[in-house]
Amino acid sequence: MIKILYFASLREKLGTSGESLELPAGVNDVGGVLATLAARGGEWASLASVKNLKSAVNQDMARHDTPVKHGDEVAFFPPVTGG
Amino acid sequence: MSVSVQEADFDVGTEISALTAGDARAGAVASFVGLVRDVNDGAGISEMTLEHYPGMTVQALQEIVSEAKSRWDIYAVRVIHRVGRLLPTDRIVFVAVSSAHRGEAFAACEFIMDYLKTRAPFWKREVTPEGARWVDAREGDDDAASRWQK
Repeated sequence: MIKILYFASLREKLGTSGESLELPAGVNDVGGVLATLAARGGEWASLASVKNLKSAVNQDMARHDTPVKHGDEVAFFPPVTGG
Repeated sequence: MSVSVQEADFDVGTEISALTAGDARAGAVASFVGLVRDVNDGAGISEMTLEHYPGMTVQALQEIVSEAKSRWDIYAVRVIHRVGRLLPTDRIVFVAVSSAHRGEAFAACEFIMDYLKTRAPFWKREVTPEGARWVDAREGDDDAASRWQK
């Protein structure tokens, strides 16, 4: 299982702040997790097309090719706007 | 603790004084304070809410401070970022840097703010007369951060 978190406009659009997900066989990076979520259809399909979607693995900024393994915390969010 | 993420306001004078208390090496302090404006992208702003990624924000800010310390000969750094509901004129963010001379302090302070703007997981949701909206990231912020890349 991995823990997935959603923030800001993404959290509102998907209607959830997070979930647990069993990593499907063969999925081992951020891009794979994203494709798994987008395949649900509906609002989830838009995950694949959100402009400049950002991600983090275990609280470190990540990219689509960042590895993901059992027990990781993966977060998806729009570009940051603090400061 | 040089980095804080908190709902509470802070006192700029107290923070700047504490930064160099007892440190006779410091000949300069540069600081920045970010405030909530009452207008953004052509709309009046009555309030905003700062959301963040609680498990990541402090760590992300500490990494930015570490990077600044590796680039410039600076002594003490203080970063405070507020979260939660804020009103126009409220303070949002504070960065202060001490060093022997002004050049290093100015540069490191600006660097920390530029990186914070693009790498620390905070998001602003503002309330306008037409309703609430999430603030869009500005391309200018990416440009400001990228000019520091070696």
